[in-house]
Order: sequence, then C-alpha cells, then structure tokens
Amino acid sequence: MKTPIKIIAFIFAGSFFIISCKKNDTAPVVIDYYEQQDQMARPAINTVFVTAPTDKDLFNTTIPSAMGSMFQSKFQTRLLALNSGYTTNALGQNAATLTGLLATDVMGVSTTGVTTFFDGTNILTGRALADDVIDVELLLIFGGPTGTSNPGLTKDNVNANDKAFLTSFPYLANPW
Amino acid sequence: MKRKKIILTSIVAAVFITAGIMYAADHVDTPAVTSQPSDITDLYVFRAVDPANLVFVANSQGLTSPANSATLKFDANTILEFNIDKTGDNIEDLVIQCKYDAASNKMQIYGPIAPSATGTKSKLEGNLTAEVAVTAYGSNVVSGTGTTGIKAFAGTRDDPFFFDLNRYKAILAGSAPGFTAQGSDTFAGTNVLSVVLEVPKSLIGATGNINVWLETKKKI
Repeated sequence: MKTPIKIIAFIFAGSFFIISCKKNDTAPVVIDYYEQQDQMARPAINTVFVTAPTDKDLFNTTIPSAMGSMFQSKFQTRLLALNSGYTTNALGQNAATLTGLLATDVMGVSTTGVTTFFDGTNILTGRALADDVIDVELLLIFGGPTGTSNPGLTKDNVNANDKAFLTSFPYLANPW
Repeated sequence: MKRKKIILTSIVAAVFITAGIMYAADHVDTPAVTSQPSDITDLYVFRAVDPANLVFVANSQGLTSPANSATLKFDANTILEFNIDKTGDNIEDLVIQCKYDAASNKMQIYGPIAPSATGTKSKLEGNLTAEVAVTAYGSNVVSGTGTTGIKAFAGTRDDPFFFDLNRYKAILAGSAPGFTAQGSDTFAGTNVLSVVLEVPKSLIGATGNINVWLETKKKI
C-alpha cells in the first residue's frame, strides 16, 4: 500500500507548481483507498465459531471466497466442542456440511421470493428484522436431526424485538 | 436424559470458559474493531413493502445506551460497503458504498456498481447515486431519494437484534443448565447507528439468488 501513496504524493507535488500558476486548472484528484476492518453476513458466526482473538480479527479481514479453506476445519472442531453429540441437524447436514456452509460468511438473498432467515418453509433467503435468527442457529447446532435434542439449549425464549418495527421506510424502530 | 444434558452443558461450559466473554450477532466481536466506528453489529437484507425493491441495513456501534446516543457519530474515514455476488463464486460483482461526509453531515451512497477491483481494498466507485442528511438523535426521520431510485436513511435506531445473551453466557459458564421459559433480551433499550437503503431490484439486475455481505473499510 505504501507505493500508491508515494505515487499519489509525487503526482500531487509535481502538479503543484502548475496549479499555482494557472488558477483555472482543476486540482488533481487524490484517490482514497479503504482497507477491510470488519465483515459479516450471517448473524453471530464469528462470535460463535471463531475462538482465538487473532482468528477473530483474521476472519473479519478475510474475503468470503477465501474463508472456507481457511476456517472450515476450525469451525467443525468448534461445532463438535459445542455439541459433542452432533450427528446431523434438522436440515440433514453433517458437521462438515454445516460448517462448510457457515465458514463462507455470505447471506443468500432471494431477489424473486420471500426473504427470511427461516420461516418454516424458506431457509436462508435473506434476513428480515423480525427473524429469530438465534433460535434458528441454536436449533441447527444443538437440536439434532429432528430438532428435539437438548431442548433447553435450542431456543432462548426471546422471540421478538423490544420495539415494534415500522411498516414503512426506514423500517427500524426509533431509538430509545 | 437429565444426566446427559448436564454433561453436555459442562462440555459446552468448559469450551466457552477458555474463550472468554461472548457477544452476539457481530456486536463487538473482535479485539481490533471493538469500540471502533468500524464495528459492524448486524446485516439485514429483505424485500421491501414494494416487492420491486430490496432493503439493505448496515448496523454498527451497538449496545449504545440512550444516554450515549446523542454523541454517536459516523466516521468520515470508514466506509460501509455492501458486497453483492450474483454468480455464486462469493466474489463481489457489485458494491454499494456508504461514505459519511462530515462537512455536510450527509451519508453519501455510491453504486450499485461493478467495482474496479475486488477484495479487501476499495476506493469509491462511480458517481454519487443518493445522499441523505444524518437524522439527529431524537429528531424525525430524514430520508433521501437519489436519481436512480435509491432511498437512504442514516442515523440512530433501536437495535433490532434480540437475544438472551446474558443467559447464554451463564450457560456457557456452567452456572445455568439451559435457557429460561421467559427469556430476557440483553439488547433491549439499546441503540445502534444504522444505514438503511431501499434499492430497486432492477439496479442489481439478478433474478434468483444473490449472496450479500457487509464490510467496513478504513481509509489508508
């Protein structure tokens, strides 16, 4: 990154004399660059599946297309540590399949149909404000193949937001 | 059955104790971004009331109390960038960039547009497509609509995320066997800094499924 800055600085310095002589010249455009600090798509993935602080920062600064190969096996280790009895979940995913999906942190969104994290029928077609995403994730991690395993761990019994959402733009409720 | 559950909980607890304090969604998730303007809390993408539009929500700087909300600010050196993959390769084909301009106190929107380069480094792409004055805390909603039909909002909102995080932490710490019949929302009464965009689907130009993710990027 240092090189482009130097080049920009050089161009700028080189143009300075001309600018100072010719009032009507437009100033050279200095292009600002921005570097990735944080990344997220699906809720709670980094917090639940990435443990070491250095890995958390690494996950946040990794592009999704590189995440799978870097993190899938760590996610699987983590999943089995959270639930050592994990076989498959209610979607029929084994540990490798579920963590393979989750390690690449992107959110699937339908441009044609219903958008929901899970509504009983549609799965991972977006995320609406009222979606109880935590219950979905707890169920997939702890609920086993029928969703009935570990009943004390598969839902937190907070089922809605503390304020009603707006029915029109900007949809999110006014602040407290 | 009960015995099994206790054992499972103990295993869970043992793992999490070593992991330290947990937060949820993406709130204060890492050492490098915690308490920074770049700390994303949540991404939402959903169909608008008008089904021809998609709504993109980027929330940041979560767990802000009402007392601290008036001073909550966007950072002129941090852009919020929605990335959209239309082909299933998890590489962005389009970006929508949100850049705060401190001088005018406006959120300025660029895109959706194909970026000149993909990856961890970005520059603002193309021309402004919408802008909106930041809604001051406690004031009525200000929204802006750009020439391509993008509607924009920027300002403080109630955090839409809900979760009994404290109970979850207690479970992980081994001091609770499971969730309670009546959960308590740890995020109740807290605010976030939001950017909400309503974008005509025609500007994305995909039919079927897209992949979306949110990044914060800091000026280098």
